[in-house]
Amino acid sequence: MALLEIEDLEVEFPNRHGTLTALRGINFTLDESERLGIVGESGAGKSMAAFAILNLISEPGRISKGRIVFEGRDLAKLDEEEIRAIRGDRISMIFQDPMMTLNPVLTVGVQMIETLKAHRDISDEDARKLALARLREVQIPSPEARLDAYPHELSGGLRQRVVIAIALLSDPAIIIADEPTTALDVTIQAEVLALLLALCRDHATALILITHDLAVVSQITERIIVMYAGSIVEAGATRQIIDTPQHPYTIGLIAALPEQNAPGQPLNQIRGSMPSLNNIPPGCAFAPRCDYATDICHRIVPNLTTAHGQSVACHHAGQLQPQESVRDTERAVS
Amino acid sequence: MSDTTQSAPGPLSRLLASDIFYRFRRDPVAIVSATIVLLFVLAAALAPLIAPQNPYDLTQLDIMDSEVPPFWQEQGDPRFLLGSDHQGRDMLSTILYGTGLSLIIGVFAVLLQAFLGVSIGLIAGYNGGRIDAFFMRLADIQLSLSTLMIAIIALAVFQAAFGSELYQDLAIIMLILVIGIAEWPQYARTVRASVLAERSKEYVDAARVIGLPRSRIMIRHILPNTLSPVLVISTVQVAEAIIAEASLSFLGLGMPVTQPSLGSLIRSGFEYIFSGSWWITIIPSIVLVVLILALNLLGDWLRDALNPRLYSRR
Amino acid sequence: MKAADFISFLLRRGVQALVVMFVISLIGFSIQGNLGDPLRELVGQSVSEAERNALRDRMGLNDPFFVQYSRFLGNAVQGDLGNSYFFKRPALDVILDKFPATFELVLAATLIIIGLSVPLGIYTAINPHSWITSIVMAVSIVGISIPVFLTAIFAIYIFSVQLGWMPSFGRGDTVELPWGWDSGFLTLDGLHHLILPSIALSSIMLPLFIRLIRGEMMEVLQSEYVRFAWAKGLSKRRIWYVHALKNTLIPVISLGGVKIGTLIAYTILTETVFQWPGMGFLFLEAVNRVDTPLIIAYIIVVGLIFVVTNTLVDLIYTLVNPTVKMVGSGS
Repeated sequence: MALLEIEDLEVEFPNRHGTLTALRGINFTLDESERLGIVGESGAGKSMAAFAILNLISEPGRISKGRIVFEGRDLAKLDEEEIRAIRGDRISMIFQDPMMTLNPVLTVGVQMIETLKAHRDISDEDARKLALARLREVQIPSPEARLDAYPHELSGGLRQRVVIAIALLSDPAIIIADEPTTALDVTIQAEVLALLLALCRDHATALILITHDLAVVSQITERIIVMYAGSIVEAGATRQIIDTPQHPYTIGLIAALPEQNAPGQPLNQIRGSMPSLNNIPPGCAFAPRCDYATDICHRIVPNLTTAHGQSVACHHAGQLQPQESVRDTERAVS
Repeated sequence: MSDTTQSAPGPLSRLLASDIFYRFRRDPVAIVSATIVLLFVLAAALAPLIAPQNPYDLTQLDIMDSEVPPFWQEQGDPRFLLGSDHQGRDMLSTILYGTGLSLIIGVFAVLLQAFLGVSIGLIAGYNGGRIDAFFMRLADIQLSLSTLMIAIIALAVFQAAFGSELYQDLAIIMLILVIGIAEWPQYARTVRASVLAERSKEYVDAARVIGLPRSRIMIRHILPNTLSPVLVISTVQVAEAIIAEASLSFLGLGMPVTQPSLGSLIRSGFEYIFSGSWWITIIPSIVLVVLILALNLLGDWLRDALNPRLYSRR
Repeated sequence: MKAADFISFLLRRGVQALVVMFVISLIGFSIQGNLGDPLRELVGQSVSEAERNALRDRMGLNDPFFVQYSRFLGNAVQGDLGNSYFFKRPALDVILDKFPATFELVLAATLIIIGLSVPLGIYTAINPHSWITSIVMAVSIVGISIPVFLTAIFAIYIFSVQLGWMPSFGRGDTVELPWGWDSGFLTLDGLHHLILPSIALSSIMLPLFIRLIRGEMMEVLQSEYVRFAWAKGLSKRRIWYVHALKNTLIPVISLGGVKIGTLIAYTILTETVFQWPGMGFLFLEAVNRVDTPLIIAYIIVVGLIFVVTNTLVDLIYTLVNPTVKMVGSGS
């Protein structure tokens, strides 16, 4: 049985004009120590999906449908205290911007120790020892001094390491990392990613990596979910998706990667932009930007169908470029 | 989520044409407070026409009419709807004239504040550097000394220096000057914050590149974009200025009893609440509170509706 | 490095305080020179012009500005601000006699403001949809709209004139403490007299601070670090009262410093309505009597109070805000 199983998840935001469906029909599973990537443009709902797992969607949003089964329990149905016990203990999170994630008026030590104390009966001394051990694990130099430092005394890269150390504190089953390197300097990004990968392997921790960067995801994860306008459009093994993308959106994303483009040539970008959630067209949400869209695409929402372990939500799935290589599809898209 | 970016404050014209008016019509608090403010302004402006009596004309007064209670009380007199004061002045008339004075002082003081504050804010924000640092430091000190404290001391010294006779003739101008000068930092900070935001935008760079002079860039290009926060704080500033005027007049440092604003009316009637003639104080007090409350509610609504970058916290 | 920061903080504060006091002393001095003729107060009208001039010379009134000013400053530093015309006593003594009354009034009002604004601000921030919040917010906008002197008048009219529950003026019985401090805190009558004035004095600041704390707290609750705190599985209490509150109170403290000047101004209004025998009431009397030395003494004492409290607030601010900390630990 999978570690985490998400079934038909739907998230709604009631507003003045009615209800806005931010996520619909989200289905996926995560196995123990598996690394899963969720990819999409900003606003596609990938962060929302991650926050929904821990029931951390900000007001007035709410989970309106579906199940989130983790270790045999439906997280969406837990009461406040039960879900609190899971947050930061069995499932922990890493946020995007380490400059904003840590509380500016509390020392690193306090912010680590309080996390441990929120979940278990532990003495200050033992908590401090454990915190120190984790800081060493994330390769922070002179960890004793850092424990008493305030966040503003650390660089961005160090702060993100602290955040990772906090996520790792109680040896969680799952770490959800929401764009963990986007806010960092390019030089530090690779370091932090490598560290995250190594730690997840060492601790056999499952990882959900949320990013807009397909290149990052392809290096780290075993499976990929591609999201567009609040729905999953494609899912499958990482190699499979990168080598033989089926959905026109995924094809476009891969074509847009800098390494797919010859130097000096303009980047292949998908034309247009993602519709806002209160303005999703009928039929396939991607249809207005899609080169292959036909009449049916504008009328009927495609279902996610699975073949050979790869799921695609496209009316023309499998017909687009049956055995073509990525090189060919690129030309077709651009 | 996505519509926060679209409601960024724009020039005045866009602001009036947009959905502001629509939102205004749907908010009963906004409608009621705006109506009250409008009624006050109208009543004060028309005071010479609608007031039963000219309270400045001593020949119309009769001491026999003093301390008549409002009409709904037993000894009420229909000639004095809201009663009369210890000199036999009709309360309704003095309140109408007094509201006018309070509004005039409030509005002109705020115009002065806005003129000083917007100019300084533009100059400080656009030039930056030492000029900016100097004015902002000055603003900090002045704000922390508090408008009321500065005004009390300044007016006390003026009064002592000029003698109360001369001071009474100058009171209205002194009040406008003192309240106007003491509150410029509110505007300067607000404008400076918008200028800093606008300065880095492309159109300002473009204007600079094509060689427009500084003053022209500031007045024609940057100034219009700072107007919506200025508008928002103005309503509340008028309320604050009226409070300041009333407080100073109550202390005897503002408008004289012969030419009373709401504050000096309350002052002159205060001692009579102990002898039972409560209306001389309480009625103008309630009028003052309703006026300020309406202005504050309107200001709150405007701030929520326009939601501009407001630097200052009251 | 850290100790050097602290010293530079003290120096900066000290220079700032000196500048403010310098400006205040200049104001005081120019008032002294321009308000009334000190000779008239001393000798009356019947003295000849020659004698007057001789006297002027002897008193140093014909000296150059700078000489006169430095003499004024020298005397002021020694606590000599001249004799009050009305009380025929050193002006500073007259003012300081009234200090305890004002201080106790301000202390009581400050306790009311802090004691109510913090819990109400927090409550209304974390329960934005509760009916209690709606009531608190509605009452607070009304509170902000009633000038301090009107709250005082309404309070007197309702609780003293109509209901007869509360005294309407004065401090009531006081007890003289060994160091010459007249305290109203120690008698029931004194406390009884304190209730209405302290409520009136806090009547604008209290709603102002409730709204401010609520606004700051709501903003902090939206921050990423509070979201992260939820994701760490911390308890509600810990998030609200440690993570959010600490960050909320830092800007509130600095605003508290800014509002000290306003609070002192409000004491003048409150003391006038309640005929509270404090410094503000005395000051207005002095203005009406053109008692120049007393006016100057008041301005200088208030300036000093202002500078001292502002420095204290700044110090507290730097101590609770680690991002400006200068004696912190760590490297």
